[in-house]
Amino acid sequence: MTTALPSIRPCDKSLSLDEVWAVLDGVADPEIPVVSLKELGILRDVRHGAQGLEVVITPTYSGCPAMTQMADDVVAALASHGVPATVVTQLAPAWTTDWITPAARDKLRAYGIAPPHSAQAACSGGGHLTPQERVLKFMPRASTQPVVCPHCGSTHTQESSRFGSTACKALYKCLSCQEPFDYFKPY
Amino acid sequence: MSTPINYLLHLADNALVLGQRNAEWCGHGPILEEDLALANMSLDLIGQARLLYSLVAKRAPTLAADASALPPEGAFAPWGGSAALHGGQLTEDTLAYFRDVPDFRNHTLLELPHHGALVGYAKGNLDYATTIVRNFLFSALMVPLWQQLTTCADTDLAAIAAKSVKEAGYHLRHSRDWLVKLGDGTDESHARVQASLEHLLPYTQEFWMLSALEKEATDAGVVIDWAQLSADWNALLDDALAEATLTRPSAGGYVSQGKLGQHSEHLGYLLAEMQSLARAHPGATW
Repeated sequence: MTTALPSIRPCDKSLSLDEVWAVLDGVADPEIPVVSLKELGILRDVRHGAQGLEVVITPTYSGCPAMTQMADDVVAALASHGVPATVVTQLAPAWTTDWITPAARDKLRAYGIAPPHSAQAACSGGGHLTPQERVLKFMPRASTQPVVCPHCGSTHTQESSRFGSTACKALYKCLSCQEPFDYFKPY
Repeated sequence: MSTPINYLLHLADNALVLGQRNAEWCGHGPILEEDLALANMSLDLIGQARLLYSLVAKRAPTLAADASALPPEGAFAPWGGSAALHGGQLTEDTLAYFRDVPDFRNHTLLELPHHGALVGYAKGNLDYATTIVRNFLFSALMVPLWQQLTTCADTDLAAIAAKSVKEAGYHLRHSRDWLVKLGDGTDESHARVQASLEHLLPYTQEFWMLSALEKEATDAGVVIDWAQLSADWNALLDDALAEATLTRPSAGGYVSQGKLGQHSEHLGYLLAEMQSLARAHPGATW
């Protein structure tokens, strides 16, 4: 007879793994509180490890200062249900904005942040400097895929800065409604 | 397989030293957007350094426990020898804060101040053209290098490379855009960016002077196609310079050897500022 795998054992304090996932779905991103870590694709796995319940998260940008806060929030959320847990950080596969769920993209838009385009096309390492992408002097880069203003839906937008209020966002302005907005950069 | 500690520290020190240098613009950027951009790029670079130092720290206990793996007294100790071991512990922080100038393996290019050689009398002299040219020369190296390392046999390093290549790509775009704007801009901006290029390009000879550092990495199985890397870097450089109406200067003369621990006088000042708090209050936490 084989030994039962730890991962199919019910969780401590009678929370099943599904229930743990449900609790964790309530943990919001510290910077963008309208979306959860699960929806952003940061929460990778929940499992029983040698030290008890393990929650696997993956960092976004290498230097994102919110990662510690995210780990603390995960532990606190489970502790409030009486479940002790540890957070494990896993680098591979590297987080990508393509993992952000469609529902979360709608929430980002409603919150005033333009959701990211496909990262496949935008940041595949060597593919950055195709001739079509060349910048014109003192002019915004012509984009094949315009960033849509989350306020008025106009595609008549302009990049103010590729680096915005946080590592993951760029600063844009809408030339139709004149409002500035954040664009969640493809990663 | 595991990458030699020397090579991991080389990658980590490159990121940390440039991250620290670029952060000198924080609060002093020429415009608000550039202030944010430089701070964001520093955050990425310091984040990459943390991942690499943590990997060294994770692997180094094996080295420290094995007396034969420790270098003899007076010999080169890449992790700073006993100075970086606090209570027998090697951590990302001890690697950043308790190693001295000769222990650092970064390219000399990255430690130079934000101005040319002859205007070093003014402490506050921050020349944005120098910053942009340096960031361009380095990110044009790192995009194809990280790309190659994503498939390296050391899976931990490959995972770090897969994250870093995305960030380096944004850094390359940023510096290239500004290189073109400044080069193909006014007479003043063109002259300053051309002067920066003439000052900094000779330091890139160090990228291609293959030394014991690269040989050790290759022998351990971290295979880098240097001919391809050089071709990629040269193509990125020539393409950008042509668009920026800049002239590529010759890159002869003295070959710097920062990656072998022989640094310019500037690294000591940078480290003194960066390390002073940790050394005045060892073990301090927020």
